[in-house]
Amino acid sequence: MKSKTIKVDYLARVEGEGGLEVKIKDNEVTDAKLNIFEPPRFFEGFLRGRKFTEAPDITARICGICPVAYQMSSSHAMESACGVSVKGQLRQLRRLLYCGEWIESHVLHIYMLHAPDFLGYQDAIQLAKDYPDVVNRALKLKKLGNDIVALIGGREIHPINPRVGGFYKVPGKEELDKFVEPLKWGIEASLETIKLTATFPFPDFEQDYEFVSLRHADEYPLNEGRIVSSKGIDIEAKDFLDYFEEEHVQHSTSLQAKVKARGHYLVGPMARYNLNFDKLPEIARQAAIEAGIGEECRNPFKSIIVRATETLFACHEALQIVENYDMPNRPYVEIEPRQATAHWCTEAPRGLLYHRYSIDDNGIIKDARIIPPTSQNQKAVEDDLRHLVGKNLDLSDEDLTWKCEQAVRNYDPCISCSCHFLKLNIKRE
Amino acid sequence: MMNNVASIIVVGIGNEFRNDDGVGLYVSHSLREKTDEEIKVVNGVPDGFALIETWDESSHVIVIDCAASENIPGTIYRFDALKEKIPSGLFDGFSTHSISIVDAVEMAGTLGRLPKSLTVYGIEGNNYSPGRCLSPEVKIAAERLVDRILEELR
Repeated sequence: MKSKTIKVDYLARVEGEGGLEVKIKDNEVTDAKLNIFEPPRFFEGFLRGRKFTEAPDITARICGICPVAYQMSSSHAMESACGVSVKGQLRQLRRLLYCGEWIESHVLHIYMLHAPDFLGYQDAIQLAKDYPDVVNRALKLKKLGNDIVALIGGREIHPINPRVGGFYKVPGKEELDKFVEPLKWGIEASLETIKLTATFPFPDFEQDYEFVSLRHADEYPLNEGRIVSSKGIDIEAKDFLDYFEEEHVQHSTSLQAKVKARGHYLVGPMARYNLNFDKLPEIARQAAIEAGIGEECRNPFKSIIVRATETLFACHEALQIVENYDMPNRPYVEIEPRQATAHWCTEAPRGLLYHRYSIDDNGIIKDARIIPPTSQNQKAVEDDLRHLVGKNLDLSDEDLTWKCEQAVRNYDPCISCSCHFLKLNIKRE
Repeated sequence: MMNNVASIIVVGIGNEFRNDDGVGLYVSHSLREKTDEEIKVVNGVPDGFALIETWDESSHVIVIDCAASENIPGTIYRFDALKEKIPSGLFDGFSTHSISIVDAVEMAGTLGRLPKSLTVYGIEGNNYSPGRCLSPEVKIAAERLVDRILEELR
């Protein structure tokens, strides 16, 4: 009987603190774990007793990479609770802000965290030595995303301008016009990014995922839509907890989500792409097809091409919004609180982000629930590890470990976001 | 918006809600009040990558950050980053998703995008718990550093 364990104590090039452990016995994978030991964050607890208008600012602090996602899901949920819908140019500005976040987050992952895996470098600094033009393009493209978030959001990280009902202040037409040329460049740079990532060597590895994302009748999903899956789910956000559940496992401070009826599922760029290919602009569909991923991509290593395609979408969408912008008369819609429970999902860069709030007639938050994308993907990551190791048992331990780390990085996991606990039980004897 | 690079740039780095970690921002805010508009003051950058985008080859750059090397709180460090290597363990460490100042300088060098001059100041901190107060010895050091940088800028 021969057994061995592949263990990475601290994963590099991911956000937050986690490791992985795969156990092998007699050439069979017996266990695969994504160990998450980042401390729990207790944000849902912080929210109780606060005003409904504070949720966007409090939840933005969950993440430095995707604060906009938290602001959007919480603002929409509160508006839904109060029976208000934000439309027109305010809605467009929200989409523009979200595009900025997608660009900066995706570009960071594609070039700085993920590309080194395929090109055989330890990090982006080593990569910069041999590919200076590529890294310079990445820095400029990421800054374009940052600049959009800074203009609409008030600053790049933890924006201060979004609020329930819209924004505190909206930009003038001339401020957005300054983005026309940079966004045209961004579209070209994204096309180059897709071409570059298509040349990477990808392992032959496909999984039978259940993809879950939003789907909207007219647009590639960002702020709203029905929750759909590749195995037949088609529901409103309010029904999320009827179909999905979270459970606690010993090796993770993040709860792990699953489809109640079946088990693990996948959210994020690959899920959005597979479920909404028809909603991408023509230029993005064509570039993706030319890059060889087709209308359906099931190889998680190729998620880097999908992220590049979504970066192209985000630049394209942002340009449309900028070119058709008319400064709204009012920066926000007045909202009167009322007792209600509301649910909302938006598409964070890493996937579906569910928020649920109960508020009273004075707008005080009585209960909150937040389910971030990385929590939802944990089981899929572990399933990938199990199958990947099973298919590559002939590799040396060193090569196998490197492959496992890559398998986790395929997901661009945001471990800090994922660490939420619903309850803290203290036993005293 | 995109390329408004001034010739003298002061960049404060840190988290203002983590007590002494905000000392770089305290210094950059003070310098903004005490210098004219000709000097570009940047109060915080999203990450090390964005730091590279704040300057161009003709810029004179001063970066101020909190140092955490278990030295005496309030100790001021100064490095001419174009001539000497910043010792490891001073500024780097905790960010896994992005890069530290030390890495940003290395990457800028690799890309041939270093500014004309790059001075990195560090102030040793003591208390990084949540809050918005500098420790007394760190605040004294910050005031001294503001005067010292003003002197350098003259």
